[in-house]
Amino acid sequence: MLLEVIIFITLALIAAVSAILVVTRSNPVISALFLILNFGALAGIYLLLNAQFIAVAQVIVYAGAIMVLFLFVIMLLRPENEKKIFSSNPLIKTLAFVIGGVVFIQLIYLIFIVRPSESQSPEVAQSIQAGTVEKIGTLLFTEYILPFEAAGFLLLAATIGALVLAKKKFE
Amino acid sequence: MHIQIEYYLILSAFMFIVGVVGVLTRRNAIVVFMSIELMLNSANLTMVAFSSYLGNAVGQLFVFFVMAVAAAEAAVGLAIIIALFRNKLTINIDELNILKW
Amino acid sequence: MFNNIQEFYNMLPMIIIGAGILVSIVIEMYSRKSEELIAWFSVFIFIAAAIYSLLTVNSTSIILQGMLATGGNVNILYFIFNFGAAIVTLLSLDYIKKYGTYYGEYYILLQSSVLGMMFMAGAKDLFMIFLGLELMSICFYALAGINRKRLNANEASLKYFLLGAFATGFVVYGIALIFGTAQTTSIDLIVAKFQELSGNLLFIAGILLFVIGFSFKIAAFPFHMWVPDVYQGSATTIAGLFSTGGKAAAFSALIVTVGAIFSSTIGNLFEPYLIVISVFSMLIGSIVAIAQEDIKRMLAYSSISHAGYMIIGFAAGNSEGLAGIIFYLAAYTFMNLGAFGIIALIEGKDETNLSIKSYAGLSHRNPLLAALLSVFMFSLAGIPPFAGFFGKYYIFIAAIKAELTWLAILGVVSSAISVYFYLRIVVLMYFKDAEFEISLEKSNTGLFAVIVSALLVIALGVAPGSVINLISSFF
Repeated sequence: MLLEVIIFITLALIAAVSAILVVTRSNPVISALFLILNFGALAGIYLLLNAQFIAVAQVIVYAGAIMVLFLFVIMLLRPENEKKIFSSNPLIKTLAFVIGGVVFIQLIYLIFIVRPSESQSPEVAQSIQAGTVEKIGTLLFTEYILPFEAAGFLLLAATIGALVLAKKKFE
Repeated sequence: MHIQIEYYLILSAFMFIVGVVGVLTRRNAIVVFMSIELMLNSANLTMVAFSSYLGNAVGQLFVFFVMAVAAAEAAVGLAIIIALFRNKLTINIDELNILKW
Repeated sequence: MFNNIQEFYNMLPMIIIGAGILVSIVIEMYSRKSEELIAWFSVFIFIAAAIYSLLTVNSTSIILQGMLATGGNVNILYFIFNFGAAIVTLLSLDYIKKYGTYYGEYYILLQSSVLGMMFMAGAKDLFMIFLGLELMSICFYALAGINRKRLNANEASLKYFLLGAFATGFVVYGIALIFGTAQTTSIDLIVAKFQELSGNLLFIAGILLFVIGFSFKIAAFPFHMWVPDVYQGSATTIAGLFSTGGKAAAFSALIVTVGAIFSSTIGNLFEPYLIVISVFSMLIGSIVAIAQEDIKRMLAYSSISHAGYMIIGFAAGNSEGLAGIIFYLAAYTFMNLGAFGIIALIEGKDETNLSIKSYAGLSHRNPLLAALLSVFMFSLAGIPPFAGFFGKYYIFIAAIKAELTWLAILGVVSSAISVYFYLRIVVLMYFKDAEFEISLEKSNTGLFAVIVSALLVIALGVAPGSVINLISSFF
């Protein structure tokens, strides 16, 4: 039990700190690397939550494929380090922080007032069962077959869109 | 499952807000997009936490679809950013003269 | 997948479009004249899906393990999307040569976005709403910047993409909270459980985040600032599609979720929030539009104020309000597409002739276009006997029934303000002389599409009763 708590606190701290570092670094490459760290920590948290399939997909798809694409584009464009990384408009800045703070406090308030844990009695066996590839695959190809097909069209459209935007020859 | 679900939800709410603040304040289009990925991931964390505590695999299935969508968005979004960079040689959204937000 | 053949027939409009996308890709690969071929093929599948969905409007069912609803208002919305997309395709045939994107991929993206809209309108599960929304949005991001040589298009698509993805973040977080508290993503089950869930603040927060995310897509206050820039920067036909199909799809998703929830027993929880966004959308849209010199920007602000009128229907929260929204969407789609179509016809090479001044004296040079544009402007302003008037009328009646008379009065005031900038164009066309000559390129298909939408606007205005009765019978 103690081990689980220690692992959770470590991973949560890594995720939180790396999230802050993503938005405060001036060099986009470093931001992207911290984002990968954040995704890795989340994958660990998913394992703690018995979500094996999602944890693996997180590492392969997010930290692997998507972030490689990001890094590739950043390297390709080589944007110079920004001197002023935040918006020069002080109004937007204060507004963003005020909105962020208020919403965060509200969410914490909601979470502690509503206390979702009281209405939910976690059964470890059921939770482990829910996270397996078998269970997710069964759902994917029976009940959720239409969303699966829709995701296929989505990826097809994204491929065509990206090709047109980046590759098509113009006169 | 000794950790209460509230702690997962707080971590996810925190990451969501960091993402929102990043989108609103940063000026580099790629970093703005990375902040959006952070928001999507915090929603994923909420989903997985609920899914696991409810023993309901539907939430994890949703996360799977969010990943597919994020990959598609990354492909199109980065293509748009490259197209802009080729024309304008900048990806700073303050320097876009029709962008007034 | 299907339990019986009837389910397959009920889903046929969606299958036509889905198969059409795949066939179009094959045509694009093997045909030399693919641009023209795909365009006509798209018109064919759009019209086929539109007519088929209108013919099967009575076969209501819920298919594919509770994922998709068919028949009823879903089919009416399918008709709006597909017929609108057919008009956009006809307009695009000559326009995209002018704009410099004479490619088959343009039409494939158009078809995919329509498929996304159909997923959203028919959704019975939050999965389908999310995936449909993303399918539509990703096609729109690509379509907005499809000519990557144009800086305007680049900026418009980047702005649309960043704000759209930002809104998606809100939608996903909202769905996560809804799933966590309701323990399901099926909309019917959520509506059934709504009584006990309405006390759960996390659930309410989830719905609020969901609505906030969608108010970006319907271009309502406070997420309206992208609208003018994106409409101005992207191709005119595409801007027409954003403002009609995209908006109609987002509204239909709100109807199947929020509308369904409100019409359950507990009543309208978000009435104050919806009233605030509708009032600000109406007034900001109408007042700022007066100062615009670019006609696409003007129509963008008018689109914001039209979103405000439609949200009144949600604030009223009764079935009359929802039926009014669907009627309004039909009317708005055809009148706005007609207006954008005429802009596309008049627009010269390299995005010239877009200022309002270039419409001066149009009645002498091209009386037909001037008359058609007047029809659309009168309809947008809400002057009877055109469709726009009855759209507003049904929504305001619903508001009065829900004891929101002051909101209806505010809507009337706002449409009175908007009469000024719509009629300014009519006055310019008929009573001013042209300051400079503009050369019009002939486009028979474009003209045909505009005439068809004018006829629909007039038809909806002449016989609104039968349409609204058909829509109301499904609530």
